[in-house]
Amino acid sequence: MLPIILAIVSGIAIGYLVRNVPAIRYTGKIIGILIALLLFSLGLSVGTNEQVITNFRFIGLDAFMIATASTLGSVLCAAWVYRKFFRKK
Amino acid sequence: MRDSLIYLLVFALGIVLALVGWVPELFLPDDMAKGILYLLLFFVGIQIGSSKHLFSVVKSLGFKIVLVPAATTIGTFAAVISVSYLLPHRSLTDCLCVGSGFAYYSLSSILISEYRGAELGTVALLANIIREFFVLVFAPWMVKYFGKLAPICAGGATTMDTTLPIITKYSGTDYVVVALFHGMIIDFSVPLWVSFFLSL
Repeated sequence: MLPIILAIVSGIAIGYLVRNVPAIRYTGKIIGILIALLLFSLGLSVGTNEQVITNFRFIGLDAFMIATASTLGSVLCAAWVYRKFFRKK
Repeated sequence: MRDSLIYLLVFALGIVLALVGWVPELFLPDDMAKGILYLLLFFVGIQIGSSKHLFSVVKSLGFKIVLVPAATTIGTFAAVISVSYLLPHRSLTDCLCVGSGFAYYSLSSILISEYRGAELGTVALLANIIREFFVLVFAPWMVKYFGKLAPICAGGATTMDTTLPIITKYSGTDYVVVALFHGMIIDFSVPLWVSFFLSL
């Protein structure tokens, strides 16, 4: 956990210092390329992982259930906060 | 939407290449993936640190804006804890790892597969893509029945980019600022929550 936090926090500090450097607008592009690279390598490890390939249907079902639950949960909380604090009377 | 499509294609291409047995050796060393991952997190940090609106946005709406990302986080975790009882083959912390992706499917799936393996990483990828998809498709319905904050909380980390146009359309321009602030806070919290649940 520590190296993850160190990587982000040092990024935030440096990002704040260089926030007026024009080259900063390429950050989004760089992030996109790194993500694509890592997702490609995740695809490779999925493809070489027999367990994942044979269980793909069940993996999909689990993913669908977690996605449905987390969407519903946050929508319900959102409705409560909206009624209590945001809706104009 | 275009980015999501490219990411999915790249991921699928990786699977296909591995299935036909053509794996570029360059991608095999585990250390390298970890190195790229830290580099990615570093750049995510730079993006957060260099963003200029964050503080002005908070000032314009006051304290209650903080309630929106709080609702997203609490609602997601409570629901994931409940659904984990229906998934006895998955541990509670594994489910929470997936849930704390908050639709930021790329970063969460990469982090999770690095520390928990490709299987849970794939669950995280699919679950969080589906969550973004739900918002893109059901946003008008969410606003109608659950109020204008509903698609924002459902959208998780994506409300500052991919789902912002649809939120603007159905919640109204008054909520653009809320969506931006919410997206930034959740975006920032994803790697922290994921690594927290990974370490349990």
